[in-house]
Amino acid sequence: MKNFKIDHRTNNGFEVLDLHGELDAHTASELEDAIKNLISHKKSNIIVNFRRLEYIASAGLGVFMAYIEDVRSIGGDIKLTNMNDKVFNVFDLLGFPTLYDILDDEESAISKFLKEMS
Amino acid sequence: MEKAATYTKKIQASTENLAEVREFVSKHATDHGFSKQNITDIRLAVDEACTNIIKHAYKYDKSKVVSIELEFEDDQLIVLLKDNGVGFNPDSYEKPNLPEQIKKKKRGGMGVHLMKNLMDKVIYKNIDGKNILYMCKNRDQSF
Repeated sequence: MKNFKIDHRTNNGFEVLDLHGELDAHTASELEDAIKNLISHKKSNIIVNFRRLEYIASAGLGVFMAYIEDVRSIGGDIKLTNMNDKVFNVFDLLGFPTLYDILDDEESAISKFLKEMS
Repeated sequence: MEKAATYTKKIQASTENLAEVREFVSKHATDHGFSKQNITDIRLAVDEACTNIIKHAYKYDKSKVVSIELEFEDDQLIVLLKDNGVGFNPDSYEKPNLPEQIKKKKRGGMGVHLMKNLMDKVIYKNIDGKNILYMCKNRDQSF
C-alpha cells in the first residue's frame, strides 16, 4: 500500500519538501533519500512542509536526527513547518522543539532563514 | 457494560505491513468507543513496538511472524505482541539524549520512549523463548 509521497519544489530560492500521508519505518527511507539528494547537491536551506502529513512514527524523526548535523555543518538548516497537533505532539514528546525550528508556515521559515543569513 | 472481546492479527515481519497493523488497531479501538486521542496514542505505540520487533528481534527477516492481540475490557485495552526473535527488553533502554544523539548522528531508542509515554503500562516478558510485550491503555474518561 502506497501511503506516503514527497514533492520537491522551491520557494524564493529555498528547497521545500512537501510530505503527504503516513511516515513510518517503511516510508522513512524515501524522506532519507530526498534529504540526502539535496545535501549531495549542496542544497542546505531546507524547509519540510508537513501540511499534508497525517501520521509520523519515530523512524521519521530519526531521519531529521541523522542529517541535521550534516546540513548545519555546511551552513544550512532543516526547518519544519505546518505540523498538525498529532504530528507535533510526537516531536514534542521526544524533545525536538528545543533543537529544531518548528514553525507555523513556510513564510515564517523563510523569514527565519533570511534573518540568520543577514 | 461491554463484553470483553479479543482480536488477533498475524503479520510477516516486514515494515510494509505496519500500515495494516495501524488500520487493525484503529478500527477495533474505534469500534470499542475509545477516544480519538486514545486511538492516536495506541496506534503509534503498537507501530513502534512492531517496528522494534521487525528490526531488532527479527532483523528484517520477512519469513518470521509477529502476532498482535487486542483484548478489550470495560475500562482498558490490553495489547499483546508476541515474537520468537532475539529478546528485546524495553526496560534496558534509557530515555534518549537528543542533543548527544544528533551530534553522533545516532538514531534509535525513541520508539521505546514513545511506547512508555503513550501507554499506561509496558511490560516485557520472555516465556519459554517467546517474547511477549504487554501494553495497557486505560480508557479516556473525559469524552
